[in-house]
Amino acid sequence: MPRIPAPPLPKALQPRPKRPGQDVEAGAATPVEAGITVVDWLDERTALSPGIRWLMWRKVPRGINWAYTLGSATLFAFLNQAVTGVFLAMYYRPDAAGGAYESIRNINDNVFLGQFVHGMHKWGASVMIILIFLHMGRVFFYGAYKYPRELTWVIGVVLVILTLAMGFTGYLLPFDQRAYWASVVGININAGGPFVGPFLSNFLFGGADFNATTLSRFYAIHMLVIPGAMAALIGAHLYLVTKLGITAPPWLKPGADDTDHALAEAEV
Amino acid sequence: MNQAQKEAYLREYSILKNEGKPFFPYAVAKDGAMACIVMVVIIFLSLLFGAELGPKADPTTTTYVPRPDWYFFFLFEVLRVMRNVPKFTPMATIGVPTICMILLFLLPFYDRSPERRIERRPIALAAGITTIAAMAYLTYSGAHTGSPNSVEIKPPATLSAAQLQVWHAGADVVGESGCLACHVIGENGNNGPGPALTNIANTVPAAQIASTLRNPTPPMPSFKDLPADKFNDLVYFLSTLQ
Ligand code: HEM
Repeated sequence: MPRIPAPPLPKALQPRPKRPGQDVEAGAATPVEAGITVVDWLDERTALSPGIRWLMWRKVPRGINWAYTLGSATLFAFLNQAVTGVFLAMYYRPDAAGGAYESIRNINDNVFLGQFVHGMHKWGASVMIILIFLHMGRVFFYGAYKYPRELTWVIGVVLVILTLAMGFTGYLLPFDQRAYWASVVGININAGGPFVGPFLSNFLFGGADFNATTLSRFYAIHMLVIPGAMAALIGAHLYLVTKLGITAPPWLKPGADDTDHALAEAEV
Repeated sequence: MNQAQKEAYLREYSILKNEGKPFFPYAVAKDGAMACIVMVVIIFLSLLFGAELGPKADPTTTTYVPRPDWYFFFLFEVLRVMRNVPKFTPMATIGVPTICMILLFLLPFYDRSPERRIERRPIALAAGITTIAAMAYLTYSGAHTGSPNSVEIKPPATLSAAQLQVWHAGADVVGESGCLACHVIGENGNNGPGPALTNIANTVPAAQIASTLRNPTPPMPSFKDLPADKFNDLVYFLSTLQ
């Protein structure tokens, strides 16, 4: 059976050589060996290992700092929204006649850890908005949107718009006074827009005015349409990030020591 | 960027990349640490502030002041400021954000210089800082001023301190009650379907204002159910509009 090649692990993580006298040929019976056999079996059929190597053992340039973690932090916040959102969806009812409000009340008051999960979803949204703007700021100030990463940026802008749209559609769902009136005002602002405005507001309301289907429309958009689009776009975004490589900090020059800013400066 | 600059960048980048470390485990470790911080912050916020539910939605109330979540305060503020020039309100609330989005969208296509260091990109630096400052300012003032329903006019100079307090309370009731949806007061609110209230005290005495508020002509809702003090503040405020 073919074996996948060993990954280029750093020294500290490489398996130690066996000590003399240790039994080298312990056979495939040890758990570790059995695990490797399963992986080999899967790889023989899927040929996924080159893809995983391409993703995980690509190099990131010298001088990467904490600001580069903001993109993956945004991704993490998105995943948090997805997971907590699934749990909320198990109890939520998009019923404008009162069921929606009561179901959220029930989540808050009766469901085990309900208010906690609801709170994580609510505050996670704010955290995600902050992180996405910080990530965008990092990309902007590092000039990371320039050649060849223009498309990564364009997809990112769409992601910002979708994230804000998530905030807007989600705000209505608890269907309390704040939710209702903010959404009515929000949709009416859309209605005032040139050209597409009236159509957009008609689409969001599901008619000329707020009615029984408005809430379920918002719910469908909030939990199916936008998250689906976002997941696909994040996939494309990350593919491009991996394919093109992460930018080096703009002040670094090849060959210069990254601890010595002055040197890099003097070379220019 | 021309072809030579593109090639120079790719060459330089491939060297820097080769001098780097593998994504796993080095970058993954940092990303993981950051993910833990994000998780802790979210859990902390949830435990601290929870997810309170306000009163149930009631489409028939006229007294609710709408407020969006904080990240839309900037839009809210644009709406509030632009309301003073009604002709341009749609332009401002939809137009300005749309133009900003398009500018953001096309950034890599009009900023074509090969320079990446921010201290050598004066226009980008200025634009970036201006944008951040503008958003921060709009968000801040959006958080600290009332809704698009609030009344902003100067009180008459002749009022005593006590009268001034009642006057302000009355102005708040006007804002909360949604009067501005149908009436204009100075530069606030919509001109119609109700009559302008800017100088209402010149033509209608206070007693008659009060009786109109109790028994209005439809479609105006009656305000007879307001608490007495609010009702009196409201009548007092309206009776100073001359
Ligand atoms: C859901 C939202 C987003 C997710 C999950 C996400 C994720 C990521 C990740 C994990 C990276 C790797 C490097 C890093 O973390 O800095 C990255 C890079 C990048 N992102 Fe995002 N991003 C999002 C939104 C955005 C937005 C809003 C923009 C800009 C408008 C953007 C533009 C870019 C660009 C240009 C890169 C390449 C940067 C480089 O190579 O240094 N992304 N993104």
